Amino acid sequence: MATFFGEVLSVYSRAVEDDDEDSEENEEDEQIRRELEEKREVHLHWSPEVSESMKSGNKLQCSEFILAVGHNAARFLSVYVLTSPNWDPVGHASVWNERSRAVSGQTSEESACVFYRQKDNPSVLICQVTCFVAEDQLFQWTEKVFDCLQHRELNVTVLSDCSVAEYKTADYLHCSSAPFLRTLHTGAYSGQPVCRSLEQPNIVTGLPAAVLNHCEVHRITAVVYQCYSDVIGPDSVTMETYKPALTKLGKSIQLDPSPSKDILNKFVRTTNIQSNLYI
Amino acid sequence: MFISSENSPPSFKDFTLVMPAVAVGNVGQLAVDLMVSTLSMKRVGHIHTDCLIPMAGNNPYATCSEDMEELHTPAEVYTAADLKLAVLQIRAPIVQTKSKKFRELVVSWIKSSGFSRAVVLSSCHAYQRDDQQLKGTPLRYLVTPSLLKLSADAFKELEWREMERVAAFPGLVDASAEPRLYIPGGGITKGLYTDSCAEDLPLAVLLLFCSEGDNIPDAFTLVNHLNDWLHLLDNPSKEPNKWKIPTSWSLLFGSGIPPALF
Repeated sequence: MATFFGEVLSVYSRAVEDDDEDSEENEEDEQIRRELEEKREVHLHWSPEVSESMKSGNKLQCSEFILAVGHNAARFLSVYVLTSPNWDPVGHASVWNERSRAVSGQTSEESACVFYRQKDNPSVLICQVTCFVAEDQLFQWTEKVFDCLQHRELNVTVLSDCSVAEYKTADYLHCSSAPFLRTLHTGAYSGQPVCRSLEQPNIVTGLPAAVLNHCEVHRITAVVYQCYSDVIGPDSVTMETYKPALTKLGKSIQLDPSPSKDILNKFVRTTNIQSNLYI
Repeated sequence: MFISSENSPPSFKDFTLVMPAVAVGNVGQLAVDLMVSTLSMKRVGHIHTDCLIPMAGNNPYATCSEDMEELHTPAEVYTAADLKLAVLQIRAPIVQTKSKKFRELVVSWIKSSGFSRAVVLSSCHAYQRDDQQLKGTPLRYLVTPSLLKLSADAFKELEWREMERVAAFPGLVDASAEPRLYIPGGGITKGLYTDSCAEDLPLAVLLLFCSEGDNIPDAFTLVNHLNDWLHLLDNPSKEPNKWKIPTSWSLLFGSGIPPALF
């Protein structure tokens, strides 16, 4: 859509498509649709050890499940938590959709949604999601992952990135106020908040919303920490915003108080090389 | 799938169900919001399904700081027991490939819950009206044969206009082409209506021709129209402020303006 001033906005119409023709679909169309749907299915791949125990009907023993959605949230865990040798990768989820790159290597797909388990305390599970999960895959992803977890005494913490442009407030936001944290939790959650609750009319969408919906109807304790940031791509200030959310978990997760510069550099610098304007 | 938020499942026996269709300008959803917030309806459960795009937020009908922190999901059921009224509020678009599945889910839930009748609040593209539809009121209704049997007199008394069937090929005179029901921009409205006719479900559709933009006035028009029939509030049109606007309607046009502009 172009506005009066000529800039192009990516708004989509709230009007909905009609599906008058759904009964007259021919067989070939139907087959293509079926195949596409199969391809879009979410698959979980567990390590041999875990899948062995699941085969015998056991679910993953889990008391803390920490899910990081988005580059900053995921990199925050990489820098502050996963640097300790105390973590084992135990599996990954593969998601194919319209934003998956056609030629992407196996490695990038495998690293886009990974599960880690703590060695000392195997009931602490971490998941980092940096890939795009499409709207029709969110529900399925959540169902499949939570189907593998033991529900009793499960605590879910979701860290999620969001652009500050999506934050609505009556007061004008000064540049200095971002990044900041907002929280949203299910009815079963009874912890003390570390930041302000997400104000109406702001909402949470995507994977954090799917997880909250699932936990609300199944009465699981879950809390989402949404970080509103004005920087695109991983950045150390935004990452640090998540700190209070995890220090609360105290016993089960040890935060590295001062991560080494090398590690920070590794995760932050990758975005700087994209521009070739001033080589 | 309906999931009760209380320990004992609620009874909807002989209740009237009001639900929106996600359609042009979200008029039906806004009208349902007005009903829930004005009648202080109580949430009794969720419709948990993969047909809707996930979203979550705090209480959209918060009145004070105590009830603000309460998680709400894309599709929820509210009741006002004294009015024998239930509403299903839908806050998210339907996943495009799953609209048929969603219709089936809604129809089977209405059937199994024992609702006495269902009302769908919807809207339709104003720019696609034909000549006869341009004249007079923008409000239309549709009713399934089984509901017409129950309340034929009520509809006669209301003197509402039924949604016109339009020519399949406008401008062409072809006697063999039957006029058809056409609700562009109405989402699942038409499908839900035809499914209900086939399933012998007592269902009415109330719809309004509108365009996208500030659709708050349209929501008031539609909810007042519904009130003429169901009498949820007495004489709301004389006192326009009787319908209570929920807190979630704030900032519909974005955040505050930078003060440095002026």
